[in-house]
Amino acid sequence: MKALVWHGKEDIRCDTVSDPEIQDPRDAIIKVTSCAICGSDLHLFHNFIPGMMPGDIMGHETMGEVVEVGSGVDGKLKKGDRIVVPFTIICGECDQCKRGNFSVCETTNRKKYLADKVFGHSTAGLFGYTHLTGGYPGGQAEYLRVPFADATHIKVPAGIPDEQLLFLSDIFPTGWQAAVQCDIVPTDTVAIWGCGPVGQMAIRSAILLGANQVIAIDCLPERLSMAEAAGATTINFENESVLERLKELTDGKGPEKCIDCVGMESHVMASLPDTLLDRAKQMVMLESDRPHVLREMIYVCRPGGIISVPGVYSGFSDKLPMGAFMNKGLTMRTGQTHVNRWTDDLLRRIEQGEIDPSFVITHTVPLEQGPEMYQVFRDKRDSCVKVVLKP
Amino acid sequence: MFHFSNITRSKGDPKIVEGGSSLKQPSDQLARALGWFSIGLGIVEFFAPRRVTETLGMEGHETMVRAFGVREILAGVMSLSVDKNAGLWARVGGDGLDAAALLSGLTPDNPKKGNIALALLMVGGIAVLDYRAAQDTKPQRPGPNARRKLYPNRSGFPKGLQAAKDRAKEMIQHATAGVTS
Ligand SMILES: NC(=O)c1ccc[n+]([C@@H]2O[C@H](COP(=O)([O-])OP(=O)(O)OC[C@H]3O[C@@H](n4cnc5c(N)ncnc54)[C@H](O)[C@@H]3O)[C@@H](O)[C@H]2O)c1
Ligand SMILES: [Zn+2]
Ligand SMILES: [Zn+2]
Repeated sequence: MKALVWHGKEDIRCDTVSDPEIQDPRDAIIKVTSCAICGSDLHLFHNFIPGMMPGDIMGHETMGEVVEVGSGVDGKLKKGDRIVVPFTIICGECDQCKRGNFSVCETTNRKKYLADKVFGHSTAGLFGYTHLTGGYPGGQAEYLRVPFADATHIKVPAGIPDEQLLFLSDIFPTGWQAAVQCDIVPTDTVAIWGCGPVGQMAIRSAILLGANQVIAIDCLPERLSMAEAAGATTINFENESVLERLKELTDGKGPEKCIDCVGMESHVMASLPDTLLDRAKQMVMLESDRPHVLREMIYVCRPGGIISVPGVYSGFSDKLPMGAFMNKGLTMRTGQTHVNRWTDDLLRRIEQGEIDPSFVITHTVPLEQGPEMYQVFRDKRDSCVKVVLKP
Repeated sequence: MFHFSNITRSKGDPKIVEGGSSLKQPSDQLARALGWFSIGLGIVEFFAPRRVTETLGMEGHETMVRAFGVREILAGVMSLSVDKNAGLWARVGGDGLDAAALLSGLTPDNPKKGNIALALLMVGGIAVLDYRAAQDTKPQRPGPNARRKLYPNRSGFPKGLQAAKDRAKEMIQHATAGVTS
């Protein structure tokens, strides 16, 4: 089959690889009908997250049709079922899964010893996302083996196009969880850094959860225009001061809730000197992340407020203003998304026409063009926001 | 065909059968080569500045050579990173500094004039490569004045923004009334 394979920094190729096989009774194999490139894939494209090996298949936003099931799938799935695959692989049985903390499932990371060393505890296995999370082949491919398939799936009905359902795999529940973690009340201003696909979903989620005002921050006019379309007030951080504008928009008090949809690769700009320093330190491996957005959020957030961080950080961040964080009494909530905790509700909202996540798609291309699309998405060329690949 | 990466695959996981083409350009390879060269030269300059000054008949300038070594290493690391373009421009600038320093040593009474002339030639050659690689790896990110598509109609709410807000209000009222919807 064809698959997008990581060969090194900025080197993803469309290779021919052997087809996946059932390895365990709980496995299923799907024929992929649609998959997407995620902002998280860009961290791997840049080799900023350790633990990739040449030959790894990329991709964790995937859906398709079940073509084979192992003997242990126990009737939960059958051939012909249409499923979206959550990016977090879950067993459904461990303590964490029982609590709905799916992204920290204790069972599914088959290379636990690595994650135990690096993070203190292992987290769930993830598709196409380094050997720290199991080194599972990803779904930017024609076929995908889904381990623990009896639990790791979201069944979706016929009659709704792939484009509306695909993002249940990751970015829609990610934006949703980011907003839910903010405990939004109707008087809240929610400020959202980053208007990439995750930011766009967080904006819609904050609206659906009843925020009074949503403020979206980015530097790309096309993404800001998409944020405005959903009723957000926008700030272009290349032209205006984020701190001043946020104060203005909140009567000097600062937003109650702040969401970081940017993560470890914050934009580097001479007018933001801390980003230059972070970038330099990153190069000589003195720091792994560029936490400009975290610093800004802690500084501007209203005392007693909540900071929600879906943006991915990989290792060590310097100069976090812990003094401000502690004295202002802020709360921070983070995490890879517990996808299956939210998807029943979100699927129902899609079915009822409350939201149509396909608004974010700007490019749909054959899988073979994947390698070019990584560059287009990374460079924000052609007003690209979200790429869907068709195997 | 043999693919080295297949050795590390877990049993049963897909293995590469036939490699597809890479989008890496010759200029990327050149940037890589220059990056490693820069680091190598930097290490020599930093750890053995005396060898360098002796070869050039410029004894007494070891501190400067050391500093140049640090510069070479940093520019090299940058040329190997995703910001290779900045690294290569830093190298072009560094080539200028190298040439200036060498010229300052090209005095009539320097017995190693010949070596300096050779070194200048080399710096010139490398500078041409650095410049070419820097030109060819220009970042592809559109500038602030690039033409862009805007997406003012993509609210994502099929029933409109107001309906989404009303629905949110409804949900909150239900929740506060202790009713589950
Ligand atoms: N927690 C999870 O489970 C989860 C899931 C998916 C993605 N993510 C992470 O979410 C983040 C965003 O993903 P995406 O797909 O939207 O990526 P993206 O790269 O398309 O979007 C990032 C956006 O942030 C903007 N940005 C950069 N610096 C900024 C700054 N200082 N202030 C404001 N905006 C800035 C960029 O212009 C860009 O539009 C990534 O870190 C990704 O890894 C996390
Ligand atoms: Zn993702
Ligand atoms: Zn589990």
